Amino acid sequence: MTLPSATTADRTVGTAPPASFGGMQARSAAALNETVRIAIRELDFFYGDNRALKKISFDLPEKQVTGMIGPSGCGKSTLLRVLNRMYSLYPGQRAEGEVLMDGENIIAADVDINALRAKVGMVFQKPTPFPMTIHENIAFGIRLHETLSRTAMEERVEWALTRAAIWGEVKDRLHSSAMGLSGGQQQRLCIARTIAVRPEVILFDEPTSALDPISTLKIEELIDELKQDFTIAIVTHNMQQAARCADQVAFFYLGELIEIAPAGELFTAPRHPKTQEYITGRFG
Amino acid sequence: MSTTLQPALAPAKDPAVAARLGRRRKRADGIARILSLVATGIGLVFLASILATLFYKGFGAMDLAVFTEVTKPPGSNGGLLNAIAGSLIQVVLATVIGTPIGMLVGTYLAEYAKGSAFGNVVRFVSDILLSAPSILIGLFVYQLLVLPFGGFSGWAGVAALTIIIIPIVVRTTEDMLSLIPNTLREAVIGLGAPKWKMIVLVCWRAAISGIITGILLGVARIAGETAPLLFTSLGNNAWSTDLTRPMPSLPITIYSYAGSPFQDWIELAWAGALLITLAVLLLNILARSLLRSGK
Repeated sequence: MTLPSATTADRTVGTAPPASFGGMQARSAAALNETVRIAIRELDFFYGDNRALKKISFDLPEKQVTGMIGPSGCGKSTLLRVLNRMYSLYPGQRAEGEVLMDGENIIAADVDINALRAKVGMVFQKPTPFPMTIHENIAFGIRLHETLSRTAMEERVEWALTRAAIWGEVKDRLHSSAMGLSGGQQQRLCIARTIAVRPEVILFDEPTSALDPISTLKIEELIDELKQDFTIAIVTHNMQQAARCADQVAFFYLGELIEIAPAGELFTAPRHPKTQEYITGRFG
Repeated sequence: MSTTLQPALAPAKDPAVAARLGRRRKRADGIARILSLVATGIGLVFLASILATLFYKGFGAMDLAVFTEVTKPPGSNGGLLNAIAGSLIQVVLATVIGTPIGMLVGTYLAEYAKGSAFGNVVRFVSDILLSAPSILIGLFVYQLLVLPFGGFSGWAGVAALTIIIIPIVVRTTEDMLSLIPNTLREAVIGLGAPKWKMIVLVCWRAAISGIITGILLGVARIAGETAPLLFTSLGNNAWSTDLTRPMPSLPITIYSYAGSPFQDWIELAWAGALLITLAVLLLNILARSLLRSGK
């Protein structure tokens, strides 16, 4: 006789991580048979006494897009802010557990945070151009970590702007203020600024929620292109976006990772009833 | 479900009630408008009469000698050159010393001491200083720098003016930095920048037009201060750029000349008052246009 749970088990490939949800988390990186770029193990997060993440474990596979979805307050943005230690800015916020990158636990106290942030870049919900010229916006991040000759700097700036699909629009106004760009352009400038530092991982925190549909489309195409070179994690409220952009999707609810699976699978055949309810729009 | 809520939220349907409410709103609006206009009128009348008197008497007394001659005994056609120079020296020095201190304190409050008890104490003390009667600051410096060093001096005047301008710069720096959205800070930090670079290279740059506006308003304020100078730099009727000796200044000269019985001194006081007013006006216009261009 086949037990009902057997279906779960036979789709679980590789070594299962600590099974707080039975086999639910197992269809993750290991299942996709990819190199793991960041491995999250038993991660807890606290805002003061408030526990916002509960024993999260999953992997970010290299050069793939991991989408994170879930209702507001589910912890997805919190998790993103753990990956580049953004939370360390604020006293009272702390993480426990392991987030392994290159064999190092990046949430340990002795990590060089600035070097980590050069490896793990972030793009925010609202475009955040710096109050300087377009060229300076890109050069700013580079100068923090490298000393480049004038020509090398110009090449790098052009490379970053080209990769962010905005070079053609700004090449004639590199030395005018970045504040004069449209919202969509500003967001692509911010992406260019992030990749100019040549990170390995890029975190997108709802990068299109402040943009119009056409700019959104451009950013999504861009993310698809960037995954050739970068490992990407994207938090989004837009399930279509997650379906379009992500290779694997993680669904969070009340600080717990409910389910993680390849995007096609999660949206067509969710295993957990909560996931089913969320993606069919019954709450959230 | 929604139909049960509808009646409560719907506007009154009775046209007579609506018309009566409309008339009442119009009447209230009319009264508020008249009261506001009267209040504005009262304020403007006084301001206009002050300015008109000042311009009329000031321009009448203005001639080249005001700018080329130092203060002289009554009846010998003196000017205000030494007072103008003394004021410039003291105001510029106080600004140069007070601005960096004020900016750093304001930066500390906005960027490092958000919500900390010590920060709150510093902010409170600075705000008290901001509204402290300036004569008290003069007396304080008198005790601190005049009595122990055996006399009135330009440095004592500079110290008093510095103490007045610092809290102004503290306040504006903190306010302007607080206006910067946290997302901008996180964006800088997210690139791997240390905090001090974030503050110096991005936050200050984002806030600079507002901070400069505050500094200019501070300069305008100390340029007209008289009370703190009475106990510190005292005034001097000769040409003097020696900061260790009593130093002349426009407000002090106006103060002593306007109260004198001599016609030519009184006229010079008017000329000096007009000069200060014009300088302050200019600084204010400059500050406003800077703030506007920064947006």
